[in-house]
Amino acid sequence: MGRYLMQRLGAAVTTMAAASVIIFFFIHLIPGDPLYVLLGDGSTPEQAEALRAKMGLDRPIYVQYVTWLTNVLAGDFGQSIFFQAPVLEVIADGAETSILLASITAVWVILLGVPIGMVSAVRHGSWLDQGLSGTAMLLASIPTFWVGLYLILVFAAWLGWLPSSGYPSIFEDGGLANLRHLLLPSIALAAPNAALILRLTRASMLDVAREDFVRTARAKGLPGWRIVVHHIFRNAVLTVISAFGFTFAALISEAVVTETVFALPGIGRLVVQSILRRDFPVIQGVILITVALYLVINLLVDLTYRWLDARVELE
Amino acid sequence: MTARLKTLLEPFLARRIALFGLIVVGVMIFAAIFAPLIAPYDPLAIDSLARLSPPTAEHWFGTDHFGRDTLSRVIHGSRLALIIGVGVVSFALLTGVPAGVASAMFPRVGAVVMRGVDVLMAFPALLLALGLIVILGQSVANAIVAIGVVYLTTTARIAYGVCLRLKAEAYVMAARSLGVGTLQTVLRHILPNMISPLLVQASFVFAFAQLGAASLDFLGLGAPPETPSWGNMLAESRIYITRAPWLLFFPGAMIILTAFSLNLVGDALRDRLDPRYRAVLGASRKN
Repeated sequence: MGRYLMQRLGAAVTTMAAASVIIFFFIHLIPGDPLYVLLGDGSTPEQAEALRAKMGLDRPIYVQYVTWLTNVLAGDFGQSIFFQAPVLEVIADGAETSILLASITAVWVILLGVPIGMVSAVRHGSWLDQGLSGTAMLLASIPTFWVGLYLILVFAAWLGWLPSSGYPSIFEDGGLANLRHLLLPSIALAAPNAALILRLTRASMLDVAREDFVRTARAKGLPGWRIVVHHIFRNAVLTVISAFGFTFAALISEAVVTETVFALPGIGRLVVQSILRRDFPVIQGVILITVALYLVINLLVDLTYRWLDARVELE
Repeated sequence: MTARLKTLLEPFLARRIALFGLIVVGVMIFAAIFAPLIAPYDPLAIDSLARLSPPTAEHWFGTDHFGRDTLSRVIHGSRLALIIGVGVVSFALLTGVPAGVASAMFPRVGAVVMRGVDVLMAFPALLLALGLIVILGQSVANAIVAIGVVYLTTTARIAYGVCLRLKAEAYVMAARSLGVGTLQTVLRHILPNMISPLLVQASFVFAFAQLGAASLDFLGLGAPPETPSWGNMLAESRIYITRAPWLLFFPGAMIILTAFSLNLVGDALRDRLDPRYRAVLGASRKN
């Protein structure tokens, strides 16, 4: 396990290092002098001089990269042009919304995707299975923002049950009741992802159901539900867990759109606004953090997988 | 020829819903090509007297806030959907297949290229596309490249996986031991056998390209705002959702119908595919 851990960790660090080079060059690839890309047009000559010195913008490119990386590792992601504040602080302000939205969505995805996928697999081939699988594919083909807009229309505008936009922190007035602001966005965001998990659960359960040990269990005369839960599901769930990192990446992508539809003060909306405001340091910071988070999550998924399934022996 | 056509159509005849998908795709391509002939109005014609009209006999899908006919705009929107779909699929195949095949044929190349693909896959799809749009600027062509890069990664992985399997096949080894060069082996023996898995991948990429492009348009970072694309129509009509809820229905329904149909087609093709390649395709989706 120790050796495996080191290998996986090494691979993740290598990937992150390579990704960091791409992310570093992001600023340099934007048309214009990197100095003004980082400072915006309204900067003073003094600011420009200070940044040039700090980033080493007159030095060779690899020195600039090392300088930038050293700063990033020390938690200095640069300054936001729009907010005139450190990028890390700006991102941290959106973190609560985004983390809560992702967590609530993940709960929906698991609660809906896994059990319905199980039912679909158990009733394999029936009209129920065809209906559920068909619905799942339809849901996976619907843009999240379209669902979001109609959810706003029905539950906020017509019925008035839930707020249509914004999200006040749970640490402000209202406390945990503020979470109702995240109900509609999390449903919109969960729909396509629950559909994918449903299909995955179904497919991996059907795969496992063909295995010899399942036939043995049936031959022993074990009750059907016991085979489904203990033999099939316990093995099939591994595939579902291994897809979690992938689902996380999908959640981040779609959260960009969902947060925009519901005007949520999260990191996704921050990216879109930063593009429109030409606040490039913020975009760079968000991409850097999400890539790092994605690699960490995938590493944890790999380790969990290995821990749950003793058979997995990797070279 | 007819026998060949029959094998091609077989997965669709066996599953009615997949046939439905194929027909929808056909109708969409037809609508895109003949848009100016089918559309009852000019998609850009403004009629200030008929603003935000609900569906009527004159305007089947209603009109938008400028009084433009939604049906005509939806029909013209299929052009951009087709351009985006064909563009993204071509980009993904033309970059991903050579990368994957070269990696499989030359392990040293693979060590570098496939690691590069892993690195690109660590970027969430929409963030990668948005980052590219920031660098390249906003246009239809750049939207195609931005979304294409996302699917270049999954396509390269599939091409790599399939090519590795084919490389180990007896007939490929036989060809190579007879002295057939690498290029000849690839062109003659490997690529023709990759067509079905790549066709499956192409239909999924086409489907997800629609959703990706719609997201970019909706954020105002895809096709230029004056272009009648389904995503742009949704973005423009967004603020009228309470006054004219039908306005968002039709363009949205078109995106869903297109993506859904292509997913059905891809699924039907995959289920009919040689089981050895299904495992490779299982991990091909990326949102």
